[in-house]
Amino acid sequence: MSEPLLDVRDLRVSFRTRNGKVAAVDGISFQVGVGEVVGLVGESGSGKSVSMLSVLRLIDNPNCVVEGEVLFKGRDLLTMSDAEMRKIRGDEIAMIFQDPMTALTPVYTAGWHISEQIRAHEKVSKQAAMDRAVQLLDSVGIPNAKERVNSYPHEFSGGMRQRVVIAMALSCNPSLLIADEPTTALDVTIQAQILELLQNLQSDFGSSIVIITHDMGVVSQVSDRVMVMYGGRLVESGPRRDVMRDPLHPYTWGLMGSIPPTDGTRTPRLAAIPGAPISPSDPDRDRCLFSPRCRFASDACRPTPLLAMHTPGHMDACILPLAERPERRREALTPVEVTL
Amino acid sequence: MLRFALKRAVAAVLVLFAISVLVFLIFFATPGADPAARIAGRNASQETLQQVRESFGFDKPLPVQYALMMRHLFIDRDLTSFVNRGVEVIPQIKQAIPITLSLVIGAAIIWMFFGILMGVAATAGRGSAVDPLIMIIGVIGVSLPVYWLGEVVNLMTQSRLHDSFFSWVPPLGYAPLSSGVWNWASHLIMPWMTLAVLYAGIYARVLRSEMVGAMNEEYVRMARAKGISERRVLWRHAFRTSLIAIVSLFGLDFGALIGGAALLSEVVFGLQGVGKLTYDSLQNFDLPVILGCVMYAAFFVVLANFLVDLVYALLDPRVRHV
Repeated sequence: MSEPLLDVRDLRVSFRTRNGKVAAVDGISFQVGVGEVVGLVGESGSGKSVSMLSVLRLIDNPNCVVEGEVLFKGRDLLTMSDAEMRKIRGDEIAMIFQDPMTALTPVYTAGWHISEQIRAHEKVSKQAAMDRAVQLLDSVGIPNAKERVNSYPHEFSGGMRQRVVIAMALSCNPSLLIADEPTTALDVTIQAQILELLQNLQSDFGSSIVIITHDMGVVSQVSDRVMVMYGGRLVESGPRRDVMRDPLHPYTWGLMGSIPPTDGTRTPRLAAIPGAPISPSDPDRDRCLFSPRCRFASDACRPTPLLAMHTPGHMDACILPLAERPERRREALTPVEVTL
Repeated sequence: MLRFALKRAVAAVLVLFAISVLVFLIFFATPGADPAARIAGRNASQETLQQVRESFGFDKPLPVQYALMMRHLFIDRDLTSFVNRGVEVIPQIKQAIPITLSLVIGAAIIWMFFGILMGVAATAGRGSAVDPLIMIIGVIGVSLPVYWLGEVVNLMTQSRLHDSFFSWVPPLGYAPLSSGVWNWASHLIMPWMTLAVLYAGIYARVLRSEMVGAMNEEYVRMARAKGISERRVLWRHAFRTSLIAIVSLFGLDFGALIGGAALLSEVVFGLQGVGKLTYDSLQNFDLPVILGCVMYAAFFVVLANFLVDLVYALLDPRVRHV
């Protein structure tokens, strides 16, 4: 593999609280290659958003401590000055947020938002920036872009607003686009359109994309590689095809099992993952954090199992013998009787 | 935008009309009141009373009385308090207006400036000692009563330090703008400051809470992700959206102050403004002056609100289409 675009090494994000330090991201390492689309999956609170926000240093909580290395094109983002960081934000790494309803400042037009970003990074006239805004809006599929450039956020529908946000994110041709649950707040038909749009743009602009989601469907649709996070750690990572067809980690089985199958016989009941996500303040961290909810847990789950490569590029952190996994997986998909 | 302005203007005129009817009814149709005797004044002769009854149409139906009253107030402008002594109302109000306007506009500029400065500085200084310090200063400003602060200021500037530091402060009272800008301003600087202290504190606190809310909004995070400077995030995004709340508050306060709520400042600093005029007329039960003052106050409150509505629409595109 040639030099990766983004190389995250042992990233730790913790928050100082009254009850001591709480680790939201607990030592994750991953790489994003040029032009690659990576899906980062996990439940709420698994640290997926926090990890990507800390890559851009967008967490302004004074009690937050970020450790590790985030190498972007070989330069460490975490030790950069604020001014240097600002040059990268929006220009080389752009971000899209979950809720398009609140991501645009309500008092400015779509064109204003886009030209603000362009003019933050390039010396161009207002008129030239506006002309580019029109082109960008057109390229993200907003009809009648020439007029819509003067529309305010409240005059757009949710899907259209997300398109405006995407146009804005792409305005400086970023080499990396971080999309934090870009489709979660949208209804299903619009979700599909936005995903397709992201894919088209990826092939047109050649940007790498990290797409954060809790929706396995989204991941299976767009990403080249999938990373599964649990409790602030990576538990499985691999090429999409491998992870979707042949998931290794029991947590991934649980995630996949909770997607209703659209073919075959109808299952009477979806397999759910018992229990609740582990709290980042849980003091007992020297173990597989999923083990309290895993039916195959044993004493071997501590100390923390390390990520191990099984097939090229496909790794996971679980102690179960590889040969046993297909059978265990079938077992995992039969629902447990829940006694209340 | 023009249609919006027009609609608002029509609404404002209707409100003014409604207020004038209401005020008229309160003073002239309250059972047991004899407005003619009030207008004629104490110890008025029977002839004067008769003359008043005729000119105000007190023997005619109420709508006619209302129309006659408005004619005296706005068209002939010859409404006279205590007819037998003959002090006309309109000139009194006309004399008081520039005083109150000077006081309130000047104070408003000062309090808006410091309120915004303190609010933004406190927001920018969140997490450090700057924020609580500014907020405490704000609370102190809010809790100082104007009449007390005014008297202390007078004590210092007119007596204790008058021979040294404050020798430039003229005696209490008002000097018209035509007597020279400095003469006008120097008479008003202390009243301006005193009145502004209270409002600057309130505005700083309101602005801070609005802005801290805005700083947690997703659009602020988005703005940061765009790579613009922190200062621009603060002013162009957080402040700009919080300004809307400040402007609506300003409309209410400004209108009320122009309409006479600056009474305490006017009394303390010996300014014969509209508040003082209203107060004096209430003491004497000088009906025509009360009527004139209330109409005047209503006019300014409604005008201020109309202007605020326009500014509001300029600031917030979401309002324009309503």
